[in-house]
Amino acid sequence: MTPTGRADRVLAGGRIGVYRHPLPIRLTHGVNALCLAVLLMSGLQILNAHPALYFGNTSSFDAPFIAFGNGDSAPFPRWITLPSWQDLAAGRRWHFFFAWLWVLNGLVYLGYGLASGRVRHVLLPTRPELRGIGRSLREHLRLQFPHGEAARRYNVLQQLSYLAVVFGLLPLMMLTGLAMSPGMDARLHLLVDLFGGRQSARTLHFLAASALAAFFLIHMAAVLAAGAATELRSIITGWFVIKPTDGAGS
Amino acid sequence: MSHGRVSRRWITRALAAAGSFALGACDRVTQSEGVNATLGLAESWTRHAQRLLLGRQALAPEYQESDISRQFRANGTTNPDTDEYNALAAKQFANWRLAVTGLVERPLSLSLAELRAMPGRTQITRHDCVEGWSCIGKWRGTPLQAVLERAGLKARARYIAFYCADSLGAELDGTGQYYETIDLIDAAHPQTILAYDMNDRPLSVPYGAPLRLRLERQLGYKMAKYVMRIEAIESFAGIGRGKGGYWEDRGYQWYAGI
Repeated sequence: MTPTGRADRVLAGGRIGVYRHPLPIRLTHGVNALCLAVLLMSGLQILNAHPALYFGNTSSFDAPFIAFGNGDSAPFPRWITLPSWQDLAAGRRWHFFFAWLWVLNGLVYLGYGLASGRVRHVLLPTRPELRGIGRSLREHLRLQFPHGEAARRYNVLQQLSYLAVVFGLLPLMMLTGLAMSPGMDARLHLLVDLFGGRQSARTLHFLAASALAAFFLIHMAAVLAAGAATELRSIITGWFVIKPTDGAGS
Repeated sequence: MSHGRVSRRWITRALAAAGSFALGACDRVTQSEGVNATLGLAESWTRHAQRLLLGRQALAPEYQESDISRQFRANGTTNPDTDEYNALAAKQFANWRLAVTGLVERPLSLSLAELRAMPGRTQITRHDCVEGWSCIGKWRGTPLQAVLERAGLKARARYIAFYCADSLGAELDGTGQYYETIDLIDAAHPQTILAYDMNDRPLSVPYGAPLRLRLERQLGYKMAKYVMRIEAIESFAGIGRGKGGYWEDRGYQWYAGI
């Protein structure tokens, strides 16, 4: 049984093609990646306009939580901001257009994931999988990744990190972003209070974005370590290739 | 060894070339007018969504006396410093008049004393700058709606324009004078006031003396300082560069609720 309902393909050399990512997942994954790249770069453009972070509702200019740079020039360099030159107005145009696109794309992904049962069957770990978390952690630290039949499903660390991103970090990005809007604050003042004030929401927005950037780097490192060719093929075509291992079948 | 060094240099050059190509391509995309027009669509999505969610009456959060910022940043112009303005300031704005003109039944010329004599509203609110920082201040002023009712808006009026005493640099096309426009929904909002007091004192010069707009559900650049004249208009296409405000003419959103 496969979660996508597509039969396996038997390939040369005893390898098996598994249809891992259905089209809606591949499309929303691609749009999500594009949006997050634009949002990160335009976000740093916006931060360059006032590169200091605070907690509470207001800015304590003489005692910021973090201040970037020396105060003379924009601290985030041109290769990582959008546009590359300093232009807050343009940065805001990019940021808000792609924020809309990203939220709509996220709703399509969630709607499909919940309706198709993929969130439950693919992302939620089973009890035995949860019990294997220690072993999975040791394997990852030695850069050993599951092979053979064990690679058919996400391993438990993958499941937990994807769940944390999809249901933790990404909603936090959206809510802290909304809490910074003076318009939305007329409706969402309880949310602003929950984050500890507008400047706290801005700081949390930055910290959550940093966590997402860290997730991206680990995600890319894991793709490289687990086999860039088959991982990249699977997120583009949907087909993931597993190789038989001696005594496989865990 | 030398082969390794050559190929390393080649790789470095290729990476630098690829990098500058990527940056160049990015720059071409970010400068394209079509791209910018597309990105600008999000402003109307945000405006429609927020108007739907907020309605006409939802109030911006109001705070306690103890929340007032000790250090309130003065941004943009901190002194118009023209002969005309300096003469008014020298006499504590006793000779200043607010002109209310345009599509109104009864054009007005109001002194500060006349504005203060009208029913006022006091509010402790958060000022959010487009740059990202926030300060809390206490404001007292005349609700804009009361002034507009006294002047009597004509049916054709759709926006209110605010003309200011300050200019952020004269430009070749003659623009540079600060101005702002808001629509009638925002003009009628209970927290939209023409503020003459800040933190229980007459508004000082860095913060927009003698009169500034408070528009609490939008960003700071909408809240024109040094207001000299209010005009009821049908369209702002003919003012400045036609985008509805000094910063709007320079690429910022007209709807600044985000």
